[in-house]
Amino acid sequence: MVELRPGARFQSTVCTTEVIVVKGTGPAELTCGGAPMVAAGSAERSGEPSAGASEGTLLGKRYGDPDETVEVLCTKAGPGSLALGDMPLAVKVTKPLPASD
Amino acid sequence: MNLMMLLEMASTALAGRVALGTLDGGVTCDGLMDDAAGLAGRLRASQAEHLVLCDEPGAVLPLALFGSAWGGVPYVPINYRLADDDLRRLVERAAPALAVVDTSGAERLEGMDGVEIVERHALLDDPTGGADPAEPGDWPMDPDAAAVLLYTSGTSGPPKAAVLRHRHLVSYVFGTVEFASAGPDEAHIMAVPPYHVASVAAQLSQVYSGRRIVPLPKFDPDSWIDLVQAEGVTHAMLVPTMLARIVDALDRRGEALESVRFVSYGGGKSHRAVVERALELFPAAGFSHAYGLTETSSTVCVMGPDDHRRWAASEDPTERARLSSAGRPLPGVEVSVRRDDGSEAAIGTAGEIWVRGEQVAGEYAEGGSQLDDGGWFYTRDSGHLDDAGYLWVHGRNDDIIVRGGENMSPGEIEDALMTHPAVVDAAAFGVPSREWGEEVAVCVITRSPAPDAEDLRELVRTRLRSSRVPARVEFVHELPYNDTGKLLRRELGERFASGPVPPA
Repeated sequence: MVELRPGARFQSTVCTTEVIVVKGTGPAELTCGGAPMVAAGSAERSGEPSAGASEGTLLGKRYGDPDETVEVLCTKAGPGSLALGDMPLAVKVTKPLPASD
Repeated sequence: MNLMMLLEMASTALAGRVALGTLDGGVTCDGLMDDAAGLAGRLRASQAEHLVLCDEPGAVLPLALFGSAWGGVPYVPINYRLADDDLRRLVERAAPALAVVDTSGAERLEGMDGVEIVERHALLDDPTGGADPAEPGDWPMDPDAAAVLLYTSGTSGPPKAAVLRHRHLVSYVFGTVEFASAGPDEAHIMAVPPYHVASVAAQLSQVYSGRRIVPLPKFDPDSWIDLVQAEGVTHAMLVPTMLARIVDALDRRGEALESVRFVSYGGGKSHRAVVERALELFPAAGFSHAYGLTETSSTVCVMGPDDHRRWAASEDPTERARLSSAGRPLPGVEVSVRRDDGSEAAIGTAGEIWVRGEQVAGEYAEGGSQLDDGGWFYTRDSGHLDDAGYLWVHGRNDDIIVRGGENMSPGEIEDALMTHPAVVDAAAFGVPSREWGEEVAVCVITRSPAPDAEDLRELVRTRLRSSRVPARVEFVHELPYNDTGKLLRRELGERFASGPVPPA
């Protein structure tokens, strides 16, 4: 279980994936490659993503749940895939924002 | 968090992409990364606690911005147009510092204690200055560390340094820009002064989206147009005075700019007539009007291209007038309009504009955090929200005219005057009145056939109401703007309050 808040950064323990929270607050079972994610920089990697959670993450993509309560941004890609509890997080197809600068 | 996360991501995904300069021979994303490592190493080997930049827009800006972030010191761009004494006073506040300057800056800052001077070209040639470059990925990740200090343009009082921390700027970019979304042919012309928050935001946004930055050191409308044509520029950010001058120059040259796909403007009052003409002179461009402040990491509200097209094409005067609005809040930003007693103002009713969000810093080096207990920041602007959620900014609250107890927005009066085809620019402000406390005065710039004062009074009476009708109408050749495009209404107020100008 990790504590979500915008700006919090988490790493996978089984692959190179790192994410930053864009939206969402409170405790959450955020996993990558089937293993719980931890605060970025707090753990060494060991093992491999589990078979059911190895779709991989893509750099710079946003991932979210269908209810849009949580959104994370991938800041380092890896072979594990993201989930919230049992629910895989999907790449969000966002409407491009008008650039403001 | 660190601004370097943005550059690292770009250099991972878009290593060979040109980030800066000409397509042929410019600096690539990974080249910028190497240079930033060099400058970071130099900063760490020095005593510097700030990097001061005193220069025009140029290739050294992204190096200075990212190198500072990597080296763990704030980037402090300073207005190079300040008088020598004022400039030295600000630099003094940043010492011990590394000051990046052009040749004239080197002379102006000579002999200051704790200020190491490096000329722009020397830094570009060798960012390390003989030090060892920083190790890959070793930038500090404290989200609360100060990333940028910006002296607010301050229409009054001594300059204050707004503090933008890494988390504010990184949140802004993550919240508003799609990573690597720019095509390899896209280019952004960077003409806004480095000490304007829009310059900082634009650099971060372009690097993160993978869009090449083409700097224009000295803005004049013809050089701007020439550079857009030479470099096939697709994206531009302008303050309204720049846009107005470019529109005039394009009209004079009988040209339109076909390559430009996107123009954003903001940072001051914009004129509908200019925007409407710009829509024609940039036929392929989408327009965005951005509202934001230094203290909010730039943009908090935006009116995007779809809105522009829709409102410009509308037959309904109320809808068409929305071209003068600031648009709607960005995702993750909340806007609240409050009355004097702190309660929420009704839709359509003017009040104080407050904002809240991850990007909202609201802090000064001298005065600490200005956020209230709920995390809200008071912009010191006055405005209202309309029934479609669009924010209308009426002007600085200090500029509000109070006539007989009634608060009046100068922006509203100016907008009404600007609907006259012969009014080129207008400023409304209060002047002391024995009867009313304050009276409405206006200064207008007109072209022929010029209206007379009575025509303009009638226009305001018809479009607004009689209390808004200016008691004084002055025809002038110039209005005072500061160099980032803000109209200095208070200056007019002071000039007319004490000056020999008779009541009209």
